[in-house]
Amino acid sequence: MEKFDKLTGVAAPMPLVNIDTDMIIPKQFLKTIKRTGLGVNLFDEMRYDREGNELEDFVLNKPAYRDAQILVAGDNFGCGSSREHAPWALLDFGIRCVISTSFADIFYNNCFKNGILPIVVSPEDHEKLMDDAERGSNAVLTVDLESQTITGPDGGEIGFEVDAFKKHCLLNGLDDIGLTIENAASSIDAFEAKASAERPWV
Amino acid sequence: MTAPRTLYDKIWDDHVAHEAEDGTCHLYIDRHLVHEVTSPQAFEGLRMSGRTVRAPEKTIAVPDHNVPTTAGRDNPDQMPEDSRIQVAALDKNAKEFGIHYYPVSDVRQGIVHIVGPEQGWTLPGMTVVCGDSHTATHGAFGALAHGIGTSEVEHVLATQTLIQKKSKNMKVEITGKLRPGVTAKDITLSVIGKTGTAGGTGYVIEYCGEAIRDLSMEGRMTVCNMAIEGGARAGLIAPDEKTFEYVKGRPHAPKGAQWEAALAYWKTLYSDDDAHWDEIVTIRGEDIAPVVTWGTSPEDVLPITDVVPAPESFEGGKVGAAQRSIDYMGLTPGQKLSDIEIDTVFIGSCTNGRIEDLRAAAEIVKGKKIGVKRAMVVPGSGLVRAQAEEEGLADIFKEAGFEWRLAGCSMCLAMNPDQLAPEERCASTSNRNFEGRQGFKGRTHLMSPAMAAAAAITGKLTDVREMM
Ligand code: SF4
Repeated sequence: MEKFDKLTGVAAPMPLVNIDTDMIIPKQFLKTIKRTGLGVNLFDEMRYDREGNELEDFVLNKPAYRDAQILVAGDNFGCGSSREHAPWALLDFGIRCVISTSFADIFYNNCFKNGILPIVVSPEDHEKLMDDAERGSNAVLTVDLESQTITGPDGGEIGFEVDAFKKHCLLNGLDDIGLTIENAASSIDAFEAKASAERPWV
Repeated sequence: MTAPRTLYDKIWDDHVAHEAEDGTCHLYIDRHLVHEVTSPQAFEGLRMSGRTVRAPEKTIAVPDHNVPTTAGRDNPDQMPEDSRIQVAALDKNAKEFGIHYYPVSDVRQGIVHIVGPEQGWTLPGMTVVCGDSHTATHGAFGALAHGIGTSEVEHVLATQTLIQKKSKNMKVEITGKLRPGVTAKDITLSVIGKTGTAGGTGYVIEYCGEAIRDLSMEGRMTVCNMAIEGGARAGLIAPDEKTFEYVKGRPHAPKGAQWEAALAYWKTLYSDDDAHWDEIVTIRGEDIAPVVTWGTSPEDVLPITDVVPAPESFEGGKVGAAQRSIDYMGLTPGQKLSDIEIDTVFIGSCTNGRIEDLRAAAEIVKGKKIGVKRAMVVPGSGLVRAQAEEEGLADIFKEAGFEWRLAGCSMCLAMNPDQLAPEERCASTSNRNFEGRQGFKGRTHLMSPAMAAAAAITGKLTDVREMM
C-alpha cells in the first residue's frame, strides 16, 4: 500500500449528498480480475452518456479537474454495498483523499486499507473547503496527515481528527501485509533459517 | 518431557513463526498452491504495492476451475472470453513472479489438489494453503492444509505466512473393516451425515482407525477432501508406510540423504497416546453402506437401500430446509432412492478424479452400455488421463458411451462450459450438491465412483453391490 503523508493537489467539488458505491463504480464493472483499471469507469453513469461520450458538465470532465487528487463531497459519501471496488476505482483515477461531513462506515474503513485518506470535517469547514474547490485550477489544497491539517489556497488552515492507529498505518503504508512485515519480518526470517536447516527438503 | 500432543499440535508447533501477545500466530507456509480464479487480485495487489512473491520456489500455479475439458482448449480463441482472461492472467502472473507453473498445454496440468500430491509438492508434516476450500485434500499426507481467501492469498504470497488462531482437536475413528462395495467416499459422506455440515466447525479433524489405515492414498485423499464439507478447518491422516511409498520418487520429493532425513522426521508425525482430544467421533466400519445424497447439503446422506425422508422426520430448522431440498430436487418423501432416474453422470473432481477412482468405475462399466443421456469421465490430471489410457480404462469408458475428457474441475462447479441444464439430474462423484452448484437449477446426487458408474449403466441410482 502506498504511504500517505502529505498531498498537494487539485480538489474537485461534488456537493451531491449520499453518493453511493453504485454511483462510484456501477456493478457491471465488478467482474474484473483486477483492482486496477477501474479508474476510467469511476462515476461511470454520471460521467458518460449511453454511447460512452464524456458529459461536459460532470466535474471530473472539466479541464481544471481532470487530474484532481482530492474530492470534497456531500454528506454520507460511500454508502451502499461493501464493494472494495469503490476505493479501488477512486485510487486508480488518482484520488487519494476524500473530504466530507460524513462517510458510510464500510467505505470509510476500506479507504484506509487502500491508501486513501477520508477526512470528516464540520459543516462550517466543509462549506469553506467546497468554496475553495470551486475555484477551478486554483482549487489546490494541501493535506498533511502528520500535523492533521488541510491548508487552503489562501493559506487558511483547518484541523481534522483521525484514529491514531489508522494514521500510523497510512503514514507508513501499512496494510495487513505491511503490519506483518513490520511486526513479524525478523521472526519470519529467523524461522525460515531454522526450518531450512532442520527440514532442508521442504 | 513435553506434554503428549496430537499430530495437529505437532505440525502447528513446528510452523509458528511469530506469536503475538493475544495468541494470534503467523504460521509459516511450506507450499502455496494457486489457481486462476482466486489469485488475480492478489497478484494485482502485490504489483500495486511494489511487493514480490517471498518464496516463489514454494509457490505452484495451475489453471483448473474454468478451463474447458474438450479438445482444442489450448487454443485461447476456443475458450470462452471470461475463462480466457483468467487463464491468461495466471499465465502472466506465474511468469512475472517466477513461480512454478503447469499451463493447460502441459500433460501435468490438472486439478490443483491432484497435481500437488502427484508432483510430490505435498509432503508429510507440511503446511499447505490454496485459495480453495478443498485444500483439505492434502491432509491425507499428514500435512496441515487450509483453504484461504484472496486477501490471504496475497498475504501468503508476500510474507509466506498466514495469520491464524489455533483450532481444536477432533478425532474421527473408523474402526474395523469396510464391507464389500463400500469406499472412501462412503466413509467421508457417512461422517458428514453423522456430524452435520457444521459439526467440524472450529476443529481440525484427524481421521484414524483400521478402516482408514486400510485405505490407499487415493482413498485417504477422498476422505480428507470432504473434511471442509463437515465444517472443519482441515482434515489429517497420520503418515505411514503407504504414504512414504506414494511419495517416494515423485519429481519434487526429497532424494538420497535428504530422503532419509525426511523419513526420520515423518515417522515422528502421529498423535501421542495420551494426547488431548476436544471431541471424539467413532463409527464402525461394518456399519457403513454405499450412500447417496438426496438433498442439497452434503449432510443429506442415506444408504442407497433407504427412501427419500419426510421433512417432518427432522427437527427444528431442518424441517424447512429438508422440504426446500426435496422440492428443489424434485423428489417425493417415501420414494425409494434406487427408483430415482438419472439424466447425467459425472465422474471426476478433486474428490474422485484419481486413477483408482477411474479403475473402480471402469470395473463396473466394463462391457456394458450407458443407460443415461450423457455420461462423462474427467480425469483429475493429464497424467491420470495418460495412465488410464495406458491401462485401457479409457477404451472401456468410450465403448460404454462415456465422453472421455481433458483434465480440469469440469462439472464439479458451473464455472466452465460443462454444466447441468435446469432440472437435469446428475449422479456425481464431486463434493457439493448445493443448489445451482453444477448449473442453474441442476440436481446433484453425490456418491462414489463405483456407484456413479452403476447409475450410468442402469439409468437410476443403483446399489453397486448388485452389480459386483
Ligand atoms: S474439482 Fe471441484 S471442489 Fe475440487 S478444486 Fe475443482 S471446483 Fe473445487
